[in-house]
Amino acid sequence: MTRISIDPISRVEGHGKITLQQNERLEITEARLHIVEFRGFEKFIQGRPYQEVPVLVQRLCGICPVSHHLAAAKATDMLLGVKQLSPTADKMRRLMHFGQVLQSHALHFFHLSSPDLLFGYDDEVRHRNIIGVIQDHPELAKQGVLLRKYGQEVIRLTSGKRIHGTGAIPGGINKFLSADERDYLQRDSAQIIAWAQSAVELFKTIFYQHQTYHQQFASISSHMMSLVQPNGALELYDGGLRVRKADNTLAYDHYDPAHYLQLIGEHIEPWSYMKFPFLKALGVADGWYRVGPLARINNCNFIDTPLAEEQRQQFKALNNGLPVQFTLAYHWARLIELLHCAESIATLLQDPDLLQGDLTVQGEMQSVGIGVIEAPRGTLMHHYEIDADGLITRANLIVSTTHNNRAMNESIRQVASRYLSGNTITEPLLNQLEVAVRAYDPCLSCATHALGKMPLEVTLLDQHGEVLDRRLKSTVDG
Amino acid sequence: MPEFKLDNHSVSFLEGQTIMQAALEAGLYIPHLCFHPEFKPHGSCRVCIVHTNGRYVSSCTTLAEQGAQVISEQAEVQRQRRNLLEMLFIEGNHVCPSCEKSGSCTLQSVAEYCGMLSPTLPFQFPQRKVDASHPDTLLDFNRCILCELCVRASREVDHKSVFAISGRGIQAHLVVDSADGRLVNSLFASTDRAASVCPVGVILPKHKGFVEPIGQRRFDLIPISRQQEKAD
Repeated sequence: MTRISIDPISRVEGHGKITLQQNERLEITEARLHIVEFRGFEKFIQGRPYQEVPVLVQRLCGICPVSHHLAAAKATDMLLGVKQLSPTADKMRRLMHFGQVLQSHALHFFHLSSPDLLFGYDDEVRHRNIIGVIQDHPELAKQGVLLRKYGQEVIRLTSGKRIHGTGAIPGGINKFLSADERDYLQRDSAQIIAWAQSAVELFKTIFYQHQTYHQQFASISSHMMSLVQPNGALELYDGGLRVRKADNTLAYDHYDPAHYLQLIGEHIEPWSYMKFPFLKALGVADGWYRVGPLARINNCNFIDTPLAEEQRQQFKALNNGLPVQFTLAYHWARLIELLHCAESIATLLQDPDLLQGDLTVQGEMQSVGIGVIEAPRGTLMHHYEIDADGLITRANLIVSTTHNNRAMNESIRQVASRYLSGNTITEPLLNQLEVAVRAYDPCLSCATHALGKMPLEVTLLDQHGEVLDRRLKSTVDG
Repeated sequence: MPEFKLDNHSVSFLEGQTIMQAALEAGLYIPHLCFHPEFKPHGSCRVCIVHTNGRYVSSCTTLAEQGAQVISEQAEVQRQRRNLLEMLFIEGNHVCPSCEKSGSCTLQSVAEYCGMLSPTLPFQFPQRKVDASHPDTLLDFNRCILCELCVRASREVDHKSVFAISGRGIQAHLVVDSADGRLVNSLFASTDRAASVCPVGVILPKHKGFVEPIGQRRFDLIPISRQQEKAD
């Protein structure tokens, strides 16, 4: 048995290490993505007043803080006993979140993943980055930057800041959108939709150029979990949980997220701070699943914006309506959602409720609050319990990356099995492993609640645990 | 009227006025934390330090003198203020990003005015609790700067003496006068003057949180140097 370890991953936030185990026939028997940093948000918010949580906990992440902000706000709504927000608060929060998903998806695709797709995985690392994209495809790079900027502007005008704002508060929001702010956002909304549509078309062009390769790369088969609307439509902010099994049957549908503890268990491995969630009914071995854009687009019956729905139908046709399982399809699904967000923002901006109405509503205080949302990279769960004085006594956060933990390990194993030759870790293998992780997630820091960039180290071990090779990925982009 | 010079400005004053009182009446800002025109000055925070007559003094406790030259907006004076502010930040747990007083906090705003943007001294991370026992008001002792404004307000205006400072030196801390030390069992009421005088985020209304949006908080639009407290 031989084990390979990769540490750390570039263009992924956090800090990662991969260990690959080989047997005597040089086959990869196990892959472990180690998450070695620890942040401990669940512990250090204990004793803090509940109303601080939406602003405090969003500091987990600099890429999708709004999703944490809103998941925590939804949990504190429940603590306040608020079951239904005012139309103004609900729409402002949804607008804020569409801005979040738009900017994060633009960052994920254009800044972090497009270099792999445009230049190929064997391109020199000095060129295979966003600077290379700017040099070789300046118009595309500009669109990526401006798409992200637009999402950040939506966030700024709904939450007060582009990163780490305060817009969502227990029971509602703290500001309206002004008419000037609405007009400012409306000026570019048509352009943003057009660019988002171009991005989906670009991915399809790249995909069909090497269809077989893209469909086989890191491809695994898994169950998928996401929120859906009551009518089965794609949902990013609220709704019930749907779990679609790998065989396309529904294991759960419209499951109340407040009862997630009955649905999901968290397995612990001694070699990682990141837990391994699983569906309790299916057990640790068979109950793992994927979340995020791939799960959402596979799970929903339709998308309620026309251009994105047209793209979803093309996506689903790829596997004759059955779940699309290949890992690089995450990018495709991500860009369909990018388009959906652009369309949804344009629609919401026409709604007069954003400019007036009730900011907050009140209810009877409860001791448990659970907020579940679809963050850019998947289902995000915040769970808080408070004492009679309103101070946090317990917190449990299950972030998107954690849900995908087992799936990422499986994808890494698949890549290593296919591309590792002998017992030497090559630069192309390092790149392929990174690309597999990056399809899921560029920000592992939130999963361990750890701070910093994510360099990657890969170690190959033999059947006795002896190190055969070790390679550290050091790149120009961190 | 007698006059003194505050930097390049001539400031008139009445006999018995301090440098701080005369400066404020003239619309001139001297950074301060523990001074409030409504209460008797006691010069504990030292942030209002100025240079006059060859030495550094707290302007809130030093009487104005005819013909004196008082230096406030000068590099060395600001450096000393920054040192004092640094110590206030590192001796408590001032986590501005998650504090609901951020944007309306006098400590934060004075620090920004003086250019103390990030402490260089090691953080002490004291272990302090939150007292949320009162139904309307919570106390987050992590942020106390020992300015004693609540102590003076409770004693001089509310006539209750709910708050006091206990301990000495680095051990000094705010305490509540009740049998178990909790606010709920004291004479405190949320309508007290002491409830609204805290310049930082210690005494806060419960369930309020971040209701003031960014851009509309006290110091978002008008800097602290142009909005000074007035005595009632």
